[in-house]
Amino acid sequence: MRLPRRQHSVLPGFGLTLGFAVVYLSLVALIPMCALFLRARGLGWMGFWSTVTEPRVLAACRLSFGAAFIGATLNAVFGFIVAWTLVRYRFFGRRFIDALIDLPFALPTAVSGIALTTIYAPNGWIGRALEPLGIKAVFTPRGVVIALTFIGLPFVVRTLQPALEDLEADVEEAAASLGASRPQTFRRVIFPAIVPALLTGFALAFARALGEYGSVVFISGNLPGKTEIAPLLIVTQLEQYDYAGATAIAVLLLVISFAMLLLINLLQRWSGRRHLRGM
Amino acid sequence: MSITVENIRKSYGAFQALRGVSLDIPDSQITALLGPSGSGKTTLLRIIAGLEKPDEGSGPIRFHHEDVADRRVQERRVGFVFQHYALFKHMTVFENVAFGLRVRPKHERPANDVIDRKVHDLLKLVQLDGMAHRFPSQLSGGQRQRVALARALAVEPRVLLLDEPFGALDARVRKQLRAWIRRLHDEIAITTIFVTHDQDEALEVADRVVVMNEGRVEQAGAPEEVFHDPATEFVMNFLGHVNVFDGRIEDGKVTFASVQIEHPVALESAAGPARVFIRPHELSLHLLPRSDSLPATVTGIHAAGPAVRLTLAAEGDHTFSADISQDVYRALKVAVGAKFWVLPKDLRVFPGGAPDSDRL
Repeated sequence: MRLPRRQHSVLPGFGLTLGFAVVYLSLVALIPMCALFLRARGLGWMGFWSTVTEPRVLAACRLSFGAAFIGATLNAVFGFIVAWTLVRYRFFGRRFIDALIDLPFALPTAVSGIALTTIYAPNGWIGRALEPLGIKAVFTPRGVVIALTFIGLPFVVRTLQPALEDLEADVEEAAASLGASRPQTFRRVIFPAIVPALLTGFALAFARALGEYGSVVFISGNLPGKTEIAPLLIVTQLEQYDYAGATAIAVLLLVISFAMLLLINLLQRWSGRRHLRGM
Repeated sequence: MSITVENIRKSYGAFQALRGVSLDIPDSQITALLGPSGSGKTTLLRIIAGLEKPDEGSGPIRFHHEDVADRRVQERRVGFVFQHYALFKHMTVFENVAFGLRVRPKHERPANDVIDRKVHDLLKLVQLDGMAHRFPSQLSGGQRQRVALARALAVEPRVLLLDEPFGALDARVRKQLRAWIRRLHDEIAITTIFVTHDQDEALEVADRVVVMNEGRVEQAGAPEEVFHDPATEFVMNFLGHVNVFDGRIEDGKVTFASVQIEHPVALESAAGPARVFIRPHELSLHLLPRSDSLPATVTGIHAAGPAVRLTLAAEGDHTFSADISQDVYRALKVAVGAKFWVLPKDLRVFPGGAPDSDRL
């Protein structure tokens, strides 16, 4: 088969770079994932099904997906406000706050786990304030959400920033000259223009939160069936030499996250289909 | 709707964009704000629209006797067309045009079928009726410009403001759109102000031209008036190609490039340096010497066009151009190196020496 690109291109090295990309992706992503499926096959359908329907596994998955979803949603809302503030306004300390956004990226996850646990614990700064209100943060699913929100923030902010910077001032002025109030301009003009970026940020934060392990194990308390997340469960299984069980859970996680990412991508295509076309 | 602005000032930091502009914009006409970049024309347009606030101490902005200086852009009912169209990319052409109607408060908002009819009427007016369901990215530049115009007209504005409306289009589309805008205006007769840096555009489209420079109005008047009777050197220079000679006024005559010519301005002015402006088409070529002509040698010929443009060199290193008709060009058998006597049929004299910086 000949590739349909025989016309002379000004960018040389198409074959070479494509070949490299495919090999690289295969080595680091595709082959390991296939190995995972092959490994899980050893269990058989029945074995697989009984493993993934265990109450402990189901609870862990529910917590993982649920907390990741809530965390990503919180980030979508508040990350949007942070990105908006950073892009739209010039104020003292803007650069500093901008740099701070990357902290969850840069910090080893265990460090952030310890830090979060320290301040949200009943004797920590924030935990002490929450205690009288009857809210327990640490060692509850809430703690998981807190950790996952923390690590997901930069994804939303960093994907939204360029999208917000790209918004042209004259489009907003046009809306105003046509009589639109600020809220109307926001709802009808600005927001639809950044929805694709917001969805990307959400998807990235969600995916990252799903795989997060280091920061969660400190703050959640890891009570099986209550505050145990799926990645931790996999590690636990591995420690008990239950490789087949671990891979079964891994496959389940993989399939669900893949399906969700696909869904988000479709949603994004649908919302962005108009103005991503040309222009 | 006539518009009057008085003593409008606007600075951005140390830069003074407008230094006290007063202007009357007549009702139901097209007015062009013409000037080079940085002359303040766009700033003035944006201030009239309400997109920009004039500095403290500026005078009123009146829309037909009503001072709107404190009104926000939403309340001024102006139709503004942006240089880069500023269409809403995620909306269809239809929704773009309908936007201004849909954002009205509930009790003023027209019913859907009224909006529908109105948008289609407007799209017909701008000759885009078949494009209602396209997205802006699927349109050409000229089509986008017309969508922007229909969108601005949808709110039934009291004035239509266009910022460099043809700036981003290629030359041919630009010409078509110019003629079309003129026809459209004759149809709907709305007070229109447009900003341009292209003198041909301003002279062709507008009923009235306001020439601006460095934050001030240099001259305002009908196109013929500003073209044939420029008030200042700047206007002379800016409106079309012009030959500039440094000369002197003495004894009621003006002397430049080896000729001495009587001129009314010279009669009124004291002796001293002067600048002489002659448009290329105001020069004629002669074979025989005359006292009011200057001898010159042809150094360049550009004959591809309705007129022939000659580059000529007079003594004293003066280079200038002259436009002659194709007939004269052939009759005189003009060739590079040929010598002629060049007669200025008309000229303008401005007493005073050359300004510190020649602006063109």
